[in-house]
Amino acid sequence: MTEMSGAKAIIKSLEKQKVEVIFGILGGAVLPIYDHFCNSEIRHILCRHEQGAIHAAEGYARASGKPGVCMATSGPGATNLVTGIANAYMDSAPVVALTGQVPTTSKNTTYMIGRDSFQEADIVGITSPITKYNHQIQTVAEIPEIIKNAFYIATTGRPGPVLIDVPKNLQSEVAEMVFSNKIRIRGYKPKTKPHPMQIERAVKLLMSAEKPVILSGGGVITSNATHELTKTAEILMAPVATSFMGKGSITENHPLSVGSIGMHGNPVANKLLCEADVVLAVGTRFSDRATGTVNTFCAAAKIIHIDIDAAEIGKNIEVNVPIVADARKTLKEINNKIIKKLKNKDAPWAIHVKELKQTLNLPPDNNEKEIKPKAILYELRKLLPNDAIVATEVGQNQMWSALYFNSLKPRTFISSGGLGTMGFGFPASIGAKVACPNKVVVDIAGDGSFRMTEQELATSVTEQIPVIVVVLNNSVLGMVAQWQRLFFRGRYSAIKLGSSPDFVKLAEAYGAQGLRARSLPEFKKAVKEALNSDITTVIDVPISSEENVDPMVPPGCGINEQVGNY
Amino acid sequence: MATSEIKVIAAIVENKPGVLHSIANMFRRRGFNIESITVGHTEKKGLARMTITLNGDEKTIEQVVKQMNKLIDVIKVNYLEKENIVARELALVKIKVADPKTRSDAINCVEVFRGRVVDVSPESLTIEITGTSDKIDAFLNLMRTYGILELARTGLTALARGVKSIRIME
Repeated sequence: MTEMSGAKAIIKSLEKQKVEVIFGILGGAVLPIYDHFCNSEIRHILCRHEQGAIHAAEGYARASGKPGVCMATSGPGATNLVTGIANAYMDSAPVVALTGQVPTTSKNTTYMIGRDSFQEADIVGITSPITKYNHQIQTVAEIPEIIKNAFYIATTGRPGPVLIDVPKNLQSEVAEMVFSNKIRIRGYKPKTKPHPMQIERAVKLLMSAEKPVILSGGGVITSNATHELTKTAEILMAPVATSFMGKGSITENHPLSVGSIGMHGNPVANKLLCEADVVLAVGTRFSDRATGTVNTFCAAAKIIHIDIDAAEIGKNIEVNVPIVADARKTLKEINNKIIKKLKNKDAPWAIHVKELKQTLNLPPDNNEKEIKPKAILYELRKLLPNDAIVATEVGQNQMWSALYFNSLKPRTFISSGGLGTMGFGFPASIGAKVACPNKVVVDIAGDGSFRMTEQELATSVTEQIPVIVVVLNNSVLGMVAQWQRLFFRGRYSAIKLGSSPDFVKLAEAYGAQGLRARSLPEFKKAVKEALNSDITTVIDVPISSEENVDPMVPPGCGINEQVGNY
Repeated sequence: MATSEIKVIAAIVENKPGVLHSIANMFRRRGFNIESITVGHTEKKGLARMTITLNGDEKTIEQVVKQMNKLIDVIKVNYLEKENIVARELALVKIKVADPKTRSDAINCVEVFRGRVVDVSPESLTIEITGTSDKIDAFLNLMRTYGILELARTGLTALARGVKSIRIME
């Protein structure tokens, strides 16, 4: 037992969790905590907006697998975190958010919370449906226990954001503190071991499959199961389609990798899922954008669903074999049991997969006059090292990246899948670079979404966190423009962004490097220049505003009903 | 009234601020409709028991139980099958009784239903009645003929029959 202030206990708790970096912005209600950063080894990265701070924390978490931590003051500081918390919740990212709160008591008043005090917001109430857990500190002595639990909850089971709200007076108050490592949360015992009977059933089904397909989700990346999943695929000669969040869970240049499924999925992946007789779905939640209309999704298939979150079983899709467990452990057990059944590379299904890939996955047409997104992304892949991390914004830039940029390793594709947060990619790329300083980190952006968090250019420059931003600049909000073109008779409404700002000058104003590429050779040159630079580089790539993301599953259709040229 | 049957869920939860909010919030967010909810202390300090009744098919109830289980402050959730539970609700009802004839009529009804008169005034009677929700519905229908001035129902609370119980291991 040691006597110390709440603020010191918070810093000590974070140090005990081996937190190396915190993204945040201070304010009145967290001053006692910030006072202790001066004596700590923990690096504090001052962001320029709390949304930037929490997206950076998520980028850090997803690139490293370690929890990302962010901090904000009470009231507006806390509410500015909300989008980022919702984002982390939807994409199951381990993020711990600490917020300051107005004091519970002060010298003159008995209770300030609930009195609409200055910069008071009920952040625990606000974030209750978008956090895995949240809590407002009630007594100073509970701080070590609560912070320890916060990290445990955020990182285990199905990861997710946890928010801890700390009233200001409890930061300064002194108490006897107990720091133990023992975890005891009676309402939280994540199940990780698969049920043997369900493993038997899954194995039996897989052995009998003529046309097996693996659907690999974000859970495969979270549980570090890439190796096991690839092995399962190779034993069964089963093509691997991924959900959007599962991109990179198998190296996308693997012969059995067929790309992502869904609304803007790879046509090979969508087609194969509709033809499959057995689908092994791992760590995926069958989101509406992935499945299209559910009654035709995997209509011919029996589905085995592995997920660590029991509530995902049967939520969106009826399944035949449910397995509530860790993906890696489960795949290991399945692999041990099916190992004898090595499928022949000449099996009809394997040949079909190979042929489909050849006919539907076409290389870009190299149109010299106009620079096309597909060509840019193919080129970018060639220019970047295999382990480079790519973050994306949301919209056309994101879907083009999913379709045309091959992810070769897990944790190298970081994008807002569930919430679809424009402005996520750039701060996330900063977080990823902090987590992996030796890797190249690129944010593939659109001109609309980049502007939503572009102020973090200041963070990346002053904190010396160099990333590359490729702005696919079509001067419109491209994805909604596409929908208006396709589903609203081409009547455009409120989509024009025009030519403001000049992204090269914008970058320079922040002290970053700004480059413009109007052709493929210019793009190559610019990327090489950026790779050789040690400051953040923004590459502005003007493209046509008429470009669609093709193919597309129109809303309300099955994923086998893709339209558009591809 | 909805066509699907009323289902009963019992949960043991941490007895601390915000727990009721997070559970109610989850129901609202996921589009589950609560018919009634009762909360009270349990035999163990720091734990509260909730009885929730709701309308829904088996699939919905399964999702409700799973989603409740995901909440960290919810320690245990059980779906209680109606055939195997003892379930009670309490109602306090205040009725208008202007003359002695109606008064004694009303008191007769109360006795038939094994209710109790808990407050009397020259123009009103307040009655306490306990039982299954159906029984209370039937009693209230009868009381409507006198004129209900005020009504407070607790909602259903329930325990499984026999030795089976929701136990929390320490």
